[in-house]
Amino acid sequence: MTSPTVVVLDHGSGNLRSAERALARAGATVTVTACYDDALQADGLVVPGVGAFAACMAGMRQVRGPELVGRRLAGGRPVLGICVGMQVLFDSGDEHGVVTDGCGEWPGTVERLAADVLPHMGWNTVTSPEGSRLFAGLTGERFYFVHSYAVRRWQPPPSEPTAAALVTWAEHGEPFVAAVENGPLSATQFHPEKSGDAGAELLRTWVTSL
Amino acid sequence: MTSTGLAVRVIPFLDVDAGRVVKGVNFTGLRDAGDPVEMATVYDAEGADELTFLGVSASAQGRETTYDVVRRTAEQVFIPLTVGGGVRTVEDVDRLLRCGADKVGINTGAIERPDVVTDIATRFGSQVLVLSVDARRAVDQPSGFEVTTHGGRRAAGLDAVAWAAEGARRGAGEILLNSMDADGTGAGFDLELVAAVRAAVDVPIVASGGAGTVEDFAPAVAAGADAVLAASVFHFGRLRIGDVKDALRTAGVTVR
Repeated sequence: MTSPTVVVLDHGSGNLRSAERALARAGATVTVTACYDDALQADGLVVPGVGAFAACMAGMRQVRGPELVGRRLAGGRPVLGICVGMQVLFDSGDEHGVVTDGCGEWPGTVERLAADVLPHMGWNTVTSPEGSRLFAGLTGERFYFVHSYAVRRWQPPPSEPTAAALVTWAEHGEPFVAAVENGPLSATQFHPEKSGDAGAELLRTWVTSL
Repeated sequence: MTSTGLAVRVIPFLDVDAGRVVKGVNFTGLRDAGDPVEMATVYDAEGADELTFLGVSASAQGRETTYDVVRRTAEQVFIPLTVGGGVRTVEDVDRLLRCGADKVGINTGAIERPDVVTDIATRFGSQVLVLSVDARRAVDQPSGFEVTTHGGRRAAGLDAVAWAAEGARRGAGEILLNSMDADGTGAGFDLELVAAVRAAVDVPIVASGGAGTVEDFAPAVAAGADAVLAASVFHFGRLRIGDVKDALRTAGVTVR
């Protein structure tokens, strides 16, 4: 049995080495690249991201990321967004009143969390819904978060395919979306590649599903 | 039952020089406590929530060695890794992130040129930048604490609390607050220092310096620390990460 191929999309964002290594450990053959065709054809695509929404989205546009994600999803090919790589999958991001368009795969705006201490930095628990595949067997585990912005409301129109998404929540000051599983498109606000054994298990589940 | 919510982080700190871990009492009289990659792996297995490396070497060759240690650690350890030591430019940060660091600590580089804090945060985001503040008591500063450099040997002429606040305002996403008075004494954290900085910043604070027993950690959290850091007590096996977490849990603190 050959291992699934995974591309970690290199759009100029932070530490990609950890994602590469963690996915390899989860059983994937991993390439870190900005090459559109490689990213389109891989069994799985990981969209990483740290820092500001606008900067991440600018990097994404440079590598035709929004189009890439759209084409993969149209063909049912799995995509996993991580941290700001998850945030840019939503409609928009609001940073200090400046609104930036995202990829628009999911409805909603990424906003600053209302919490006493930000960034939300460290290991937190999550509440996953019945039927979640990514969190199967991970009840009560903690995952590593580092972010100040998040999706605070999940209100897809009932008729849309996004209505069937499985949404996992976490809380820091207020509830926010910690992960979404929606057909071929999944994402986590936390860093599974930095979340020790629990994160490794989640990545293994995703890689195995490819 | 598992408690929910954000856990207080317990972070071992490793001084790395020429590829080896060193740590001395009050930063002098260095003793060798081992291979950093091996120690990182052990700490990960023991439940460390994060690791912090300080590459103390100033030479170009020494820095290459630090990069190599970061690379090898990031290949084996899947918890967050903060690396500091000699960081002065945006390029230094880029280099460390590419080696596999998740966060980068800046200290003297920020004092010499505060704009670099803004530049780094703008380029990579606040979450990658830890402002490391070596503070000690000083009656001539408004808060009663001053910033030091050169391992506590020189005064920087800055109020430590005001400097932490300025760093956070410029975009540092975390304050690593090291008490130079308490460091190496094992007499407990400087709780007044932690409380003073807590009142001045709304970014996470890592309390450092002074841990001697498992009972020392909970008071630092009560004073406002979001994470607690120690070096020698872990390196020489006097305290285990698990025992520190048990003591925190007993004191009602949420830990992983």
